[in-house]
Amino acid sequence: MSADPTTVLAFETDCHIFDGCGFPAPGLHSFLFQPIFGDGDSNIYFNKTMLLALLGTVIIVGFFWMAFRKPKVVPGKLQMVAEAGYDFVRRGIVYETLGKKEGEKYVPFMVSLFFFVWMLNLWSIIPVAQFPVTAIFSYPVALAAIVYVIWMSVTFKRHGFVGGLKNLSGYDKSLGAVLPLVMVIEFFSNVLVRPFTHAVRLFANMFAGHTLLLLFTIASWYLLNGIGIAYAGVSFVMVIVMTAFELFIQAVQAYVFVLLACSFLQGALAEQH
Amino acid sequence: MNLLVLAAETENPLVPPIPELVIGLIAFVIVFGFLAKKLLPNINKVLEERREQIEGGIEKAEAAQTEAQSVLEQYKAQLAEARHEAARLRQEALEQGTALKEELRAEGQRQREEIIAAGHAQIEADRKAASQALRQDVGKLATDLAGKLVGESLEDAARQSRTIDRFLSELEEKAEAAR
Repeated sequence: MSADPTTVLAFETDCHIFDGCGFPAPGLHSFLFQPIFGDGDSNIYFNKTMLLALLGTVIIVGFFWMAFRKPKVVPGKLQMVAEAGYDFVRRGIVYETLGKKEGEKYVPFMVSLFFFVWMLNLWSIIPVAQFPVTAIFSYPVALAAIVYVIWMSVTFKRHGFVGGLKNLSGYDKSLGAVLPLVMVIEFFSNVLVRPFTHAVRLFANMFAGHTLLLLFTIASWYLLNGIGIAYAGVSFVMVIVMTAFELFIQAVQAYVFVLLACSFLQGALAEQH
Repeated sequence: MNLLVLAAETENPLVPPIPELVIGLIAFVIVFGFLAKKLLPNINKVLEERREQIEGGIEKAEAAQTEAQSVLEQYKAQLAEARHEAARLRQEALEQGTALKEELRAEGQRQREEIIAAGHAQIEADRKAASQALRQDVGKLATDLAGKLVGESLEDAARQSRTIDRFLSELEEKAEAAR
């Protein structure tokens, strides 16, 4: 295999600065994976991100299975940690936005959503895996689509067809002459833009984070020659700093994703004024 | 690897590949299924149980505290009552003691006076008897003495008695005058 500098990661080659090869910058190709098996053209295949998604599922279910299978009134360590996580989503997000009475029904969904997203994000800095599954647009889209379906069905179930449309378009008589304009914008924003940005926000954050990590990691290796070694050190420090930063961003993005889902539902459950 | 670059150039990252989307949905549904159907109801039950136990414990503690409070008040009331009773008894005993002392003193006084009065009467009687006996003895001695001195028989009782009385009266008068 020829060492094309634009396609191969630096540490897969002996490519260093002053060796006459260019910087193998990360790009869109860094987010594409050869199928582990199956055929990329036939749409029936299995690749790394799918493996990580399923492994993540196993980890989450396994963790909560061990923690909550036989829960005790006086909790053990594992149960205590899991309870803290559960309580964080339940009280900190769902009860805060939807209230205890309305929110109770959505707690299992939101808890699953939070830990699922967090786990998929977390793969980004877990050694060997080192890829945020949510940086593949399909995963955020799938999750945002589920939220969208629930949101829309709640809207129309709660307010009826006309009431639901009014709810989505922010119908408010006191606006007077600008009401039609507001309704068009609101409707467009709610029905089309919101689900899209909901998915893109998560995807783009993870995509960018992973790109940054790649950039500094590759640079650390690439600069490891001659005077470049000093810069390689700086770059490696940045790898560590960015890893810590990513750890934070992963949790924040999972939190934001669930919080937005809750706030959509909050709008749907709100009484008409 | 060149294939990937080609793919990257042709593929828009905002067009989600369907297989990943399906796997993502399946993975999430699995997580949701386990959590919603089994694990979260499990933990909710336990959390509820814990809440009840804690509340039960608090209620028990409150009940115990109330009981302790009432028992304490009861004890305090009993103690106060006992103190009151003791004071009352002491007061009563004091009064009774005083009365008894007074009574005894009066009794003693009475007995003393009785004894003294009896003594006086006895002395008076003894004195009278002695004086009577003395008068007779002195009279007899004096008569005998006078008979011997005068040499005449003064057998006549009446005369004798008159003479003796006169003599004694003179004696008494002399004694009075000498006093």
